Amino acid sequence: MDFTVGILLVTFLLSLLALFVFIASMAKGLFGSGGAAAVQIFDDDELGTVEDPAATQAQRGSLQRAMDPGQQAEARTSADVAARKRADQSSSLVVGVCLTLSVVWLVLASFAGLISSIKLHSPDWWVGMEWLTFGRIRPVHLNLVAYGWCSMAGIGVALWLIPRLLKTELVGAKWALIGGGLWTLGVVAGTVAISTGHSDGLEWLEYPWQADILMIVGGALVGFPMWLTLLRRKVEHLYVSVWYIGAGLLWFPILFLIANWPGLHFGVQQATMNWWFGHNVLGLWFTPLALAASYYFIPKVLGKPIHSYNLSLLGFWSLAFFYSQVGGHHLIGGPVPSWLITISIVQSMMMVVPVFAVAINQHLTVLGNFRALLYSPTLRFIVLGAMMYTAASVQGSLQALRSVNTVTHFTHYTVAHAHLGLYGFYTMIMFGSIYFIMPRVMKWEWPYPWMISAHFWLVLVGFGVYFVGLSFGGWYQGLAMLDKDTPFMDTVKLTLPYLQARSIGGGLMTLGHLVFAAHFFMMGWKFGPRRLGAALLKPPALLPRIGKGARA
Amino acid sequence: MSPPGPPKSESRSAQHEGSHASSGAGRFEMDELRLVVGSMVILSGATALLVVLPYLLLRDEPPPPGLKPYTEQQLKGRQVYIANGCLYCHSQQPRDIAQAPDALRGWGRAPVAGDYAYDTPHLLGTMRTGPDLLNIGARQPSRDWHLGHLYQPRAYTPGSTMPPYPFLFDVRQGAAQAGETVVTLPPAWSRPGQVVVARPEALALVEYLISLDRTYPALAPLPVPKKAPS
Repeated sequence: MDFTVGILLVTFLLSLLALFVFIASMAKGLFGSGGAAAVQIFDDDELGTVEDPAATQAQRGSLQRAMDPGQQAEARTSADVAARKRADQSSSLVVGVCLTLSVVWLVLASFAGLISSIKLHSPDWWVGMEWLTFGRIRPVHLNLVAYGWCSMAGIGVALWLIPRLLKTELVGAKWALIGGGLWTLGVVAGTVAISTGHSDGLEWLEYPWQADILMIVGGALVGFPMWLTLLRRKVEHLYVSVWYIGAGLLWFPILFLIANWPGLHFGVQQATMNWWFGHNVLGLWFTPLALAASYYFIPKVLGKPIHSYNLSLLGFWSLAFFYSQVGGHHLIGGPVPSWLITISIVQSMMMVVPVFAVAINQHLTVLGNFRALLYSPTLRFIVLGAMMYTAASVQGSLQALRSVNTVTHFTHYTVAHAHLGLYGFYTMIMFGSIYFIMPRVMKWEWPYPWMISAHFWLVLVGFGVYFVGLSFGGWYQGLAMLDKDTPFMDTVKLTLPYLQARSIGGGLMTLGHLVFAAHFFMMGWKFGPRRLGAALLKPPALLPRIGKGARA
Repeated sequence: MSPPGPPKSESRSAQHEGSHASSGAGRFEMDELRLVVGSMVILSGATALLVVLPYLLLRDEPPPPGLKPYTEQQLKGRQVYIANGCLYCHSQQPRDIAQAPDALRGWGRAPVAGDYAYDTPHLLGTMRTGPDLLNIGARQPSRDWHLGHLYQPRAYTPGSTMPPYPFLFDVRQGAAQAGETVVTLPPAWSRPGQVVVARPEALALVEYLISLDRTYPALAPLPVPKKAPS
């Protein structure tokens, strides 16, 4: 055992050293070219020009004035425009299909979550049907969110970003379309399996191998076209977002394959594997996809490059290094080797490095331009998501500390934290991205801007109620469980009002998703006034209302 | 209104030229190769640490002498436990007394890896909406109690938020047939003329729950030193 600890310590120090040498070696060369790579996302004359297809024309005007008083948004004329148009066109069908499927999953997943939430405080509600019992509808919710909504939305956004960032037409869009279809079939099969009692029994890995195969093949058919596009790129520099997407596309299949391999894992080893996967699917799949989107859309909407290119380099590699080893903190106090837990706690604390690198980089880009949030629907969701990323990550680091974890482990506090990450951060960024992308895909504007506003405020207020309620409830629950004189039933009873608050918050979130989905499909069927191009001349009456709301 | 553009696009093209000028020898930048190699090396490290090393360390861990393998019926019950997601509310890993008063609640001693020698898939759990179950068989060995509690938890534990599992039972008017297990409910919850019969899934689940008993010592007892009685 001492030998193992020694090896581990040496490996850890060596790898840490290697990480910094690696970053330094790249940063050295970046003083010359970093600036060019950071502005890779802008065409000629585009720097300084705001962009948000989700904004109305009047909002765009205000956005431009907020960013650069005295300058008018103007049409671009460049050969680059044609290249981007071709890139967009090559991906538009598959992106549209993936995002549409993701919205369907979002709505279904929301209802599954809401039902689970209500069942936690009203246990005799809807108990007759097996597939609706809490122990089935809860994993159905988690998997629909993770593999239905989050993965599909992330894949859709990545498929749209990759050709655009590389100014290269998507290679094999047809295959990606089939891949998205197979992935969807996998999600359907997995959901049916859980509902009928054929779960694998591991959190995040409930889908049986038959469904996993569909998702692996589907995922490969989506991933290869993106990597082939990357290898045929027509741009010189790889923008930050490309690193994140490219690496995520490599990481996820390996994680998924190792974790789901039948008959390989056993007992406590399976538990460590379970949380190696459970945390890496967040850190090496969802987080990279959302960061890729925010690294693109924040500078793109504002029309100014990201604050520091070198910081993003540090953020990327330290995220990969530290995040990949934090999984053990889910087993603090469990029957696992203590060196493993200690390493995970240390790396959880080290996560502040990538988090602050990203936070400083993105928030400093927005800093001084907060007025832009009044006018750009995309930016509003994405900046909120980026803030939640910082919050969720710092909270996660603290939660890994043994003293804090002793209280929060096994309680609803952890559930609240999980939602801050996957909802507050990831889902908000996907909402913002979809608002930007869909007008380009459909060549049709969002029909009713008030619905974007309604969506934003419903999910923001709903999530606020959800998160605050559940965090307090979970914390009190944890404290009560640590008090030996408190009977266990009291720890159950004291959570009830907080669980009811969570159902209310969750209900508002679901309502917001329904508004979003309705708007999405109205756009799909080209409802609403035709406002594309110069059709809109009078400012919509809505604008001051959005402004007032955002200031309040 | 100042004339749009020119200063900005000039600085932009300056950056462009700068990048071309610096794209000579010895320039380091993210490219596909670095991305693939770097990301794969890092993931392999994490996998070695969190998956492979525990695999090597725990592969030959012997089950403690007091632990019996599950019977076929208990394994069937374990599948019912998994199918109905009991693990989303019940952990199976009491914490050490130094960290939390789990043992004082009757949940048992802190487990060791060997205690889970027959537990695949693992059911350690991450949530305690309900109590830890690693030693529920020792704490509550009554089959009648478990059957009735699964049928309606609130008949036994007022204020419980556990869902009832009516689909694991048949409720009929009249008498039970030979070979059927009748659930005896507390008087307030039983209806005259109605009989609640446990289905095979319920019986298997209860067998599994009762088998959960890790009250044997975690380590083999130390050899007693032979000393002359004083």
